[in-house]
Amino acid sequence: MTLTLGGWIVMLLSVGSVLALVSFCLFRVLSLPPVEIEKHLKGPLEIDTRDTSDAD
Amino acid sequence: MAEIRVRDRWGSRIGVILAVAGSAVGLGNFLRFPGNAAQNGGGAFMLPYFISLLVLGLPMCWAEWTMGRYAGVRGFNSAPAIYTVIWRNRISKYFGSLAILIPLVIYMYYVLIEAWCLGYAIKYLTGALMLGPEPSEYGKFFGDFVGIESDGALLAEGNRSLLVILVIVFACNFVLIYRGVNKGIETFCKIAMPALIVLGLVVLIRVLTLGTPDPSRPDQSVLGGLGFMWNPHPDRLFDFQTWLAASGQVFFSLSVGFGIIVNYSSYLSRDDDVALSGLTSSSMNEFFEVCLGGLITVPAAFIFLGMAAGDFTGSTFALGFQALPNVFALMPAGQFFGFLWFFMLFVAAITSSVSMLQPVIAFLEEGFGLKRHASAALLGLVSAIGCGFVLYFSKNLVALDMMDFWVGSVALFVLAMIQSFLYAWMFGIKRGHEELHRGAHIRIPWAVQWVMKYVVPLYLLVIFVGFCYQRLPSSDQQEFKSPLAQASTLVEGALPEWLRTEFTEQELVLPEDATLQAGAHRTADGGWRIVNAQRHLLYRLVPENGQWEVKSRQVGYVESISRNAVALLSVLFISVLFLFVLVLVHIAGRRWQAEGRFDNIPD
Repeated sequence: MTLTLGGWIVMLLSVGSVLALVSFCLFRVLSLPPVEIEKHLKGPLEIDTRDTSDAD
Repeated sequence: MAEIRVRDRWGSRIGVILAVAGSAVGLGNFLRFPGNAAQNGGGAFMLPYFISLLVLGLPMCWAEWTMGRYAGVRGFNSAPAIYTVIWRNRISKYFGSLAILIPLVIYMYYVLIEAWCLGYAIKYLTGALMLGPEPSEYGKFFGDFVGIESDGALLAEGNRSLLVILVIVFACNFVLIYRGVNKGIETFCKIAMPALIVLGLVVLIRVLTLGTPDPSRPDQSVLGGLGFMWNPHPDRLFDFQTWLAASGQVFFSLSVGFGIIVNYSSYLSRDDDVALSGLTSSSMNEFFEVCLGGLITVPAAFIFLGMAAGDFTGSTFALGFQALPNVFALMPAGQFFGFLWFFMLFVAAITSSVSMLQPVIAFLEEGFGLKRHASAALLGLVSAIGCGFVLYFSKNLVALDMMDFWVGSVALFVLAMIQSFLYAWMFGIKRGHEELHRGAHIRIPWAVQWVMKYVVPLYLLVIFVGFCYQRLPSSDQQEFKSPLAQASTLVEGALPEWLRTEFTEQELVLPEDATLQAGAHRTADGGWRIVNAQRHLLYRLVPENGQWEVKSRQVGYVESISRNAVALLSVLFISVLFLFVLVLVHIAGRRWQAEGRFDNIPD
């Protein structure tokens, strides 16, 4: 058994398209300006469940 | 008096993406996908696979991200509350009980599989898994390691190594979950996911540079292995099974219908992107599945085992824990790469298992006002009971299999259908489209919403029906044909030696206590049933065209409940747990109502 022409085409198309998609997505995500931490602090104030304050 | 402060949130954009991708990437990417593809048309499998990804996986993923963030910015993180925000109806919270039950039950057995992976990695470090070229050694090792021979085997004296590893793995999960979304899950995934990529690439390079390890078998080369996996068999595209397997693979792989994505995305802020984040996490999952899983597992198995690799592709456990250890034993520097491989599977598994705990923790905190340590302790107790159940009832992995089928498959489909209904028909696709694009860094075509409303529910229903049709009822499978010459010598009772010999020649298992019974459809020529001591049907001998047609009984999941006490017990366990969760959701709902939590929520 060996890799046929059809096998090469399917494999390269599949792997190539996934690599292209993940590269595009990661490039877009990593090239965005970082989310300011202050932005979160402006979120709606909530009732504290005190769930993580001492989870160190 | 309650303090006013900001709730738990993700710390960075890439953090939540890695956490969701980590949740999705697991053993299925490295073992289930390649086995499924090789069994269902090789390269041809990729066509239904990518179609399913486009029309089922991605739309559902975006829907979950959208619903989660929408409810999250309104102050809700648990599925029962999220569904109530999406559909303001008193029954909607009860749908959320499935989104609590599913990750909880899956965690109970998944953490055990995670312990297998770490256990195998340790065995490679000590050299205990370098058992030579004989394939049967690896089957025996696996059986002993997971206690397949009898219930309670893993608690027996001298066989408690897996128990110790399980306790360590269990503790690791709870340390991570106790530290919270940002400090625990996000921090861990930021280290684990890049590490997973490095480990995967190292193993991939090793496999692709193997050449032809045995010159006397020129077929068993890297190209041969890739051909075994990727050569397309277009005729399989006309087989419904191929489409079912591809759709199921996409569905199970992306973690949709688990209740995890809605929970994770509920920790986002109002203007955090969900469109690009959802696509990125899904594409990362595809990278692990297609680019690593598709190029490593089956090709490596073929290079060393030849066509015999096909015997293992039907079972994730057989491929991962029997075929691949055999491969590493034959591979140059196999001990090192065996360790890397199983450590990689362990890392992939722990990023998934930790994500299964968070939806339950969120519910306990939100529904009952518990602090993190109280909710983690309660969850630890419940999940330890379930995990102990699966650990104890290890014979033939029946308990694990039952939980995986009824919760990890059936309940998953049901929840996915509920979520697609809530999003497309209750929340509305127009509102969904607007909400999806709030803060979005990419545009998603409107057609996706249309697909979500009409195609996804139908698609899910077809897969679900097909899946149930295949797995629920029992069926007969033809094994071999034999001449009728000695038919007249058959009598009810003990099996004659010549018949046992025929079964042995066909490599079919026949228990010592098996006996012959006159068949229900006995004809003038005679028809027979082979049953075990409990009088359960094992094989059917049907006279046809002058020959015996020997058919094995493939026991469906419904019949297995009546046949096997552990299967029945597993279903009862799941049912009781489900009732318990329903009651908890009811109590939480009353509490929310009394507090007026859903009053005056902005649209």
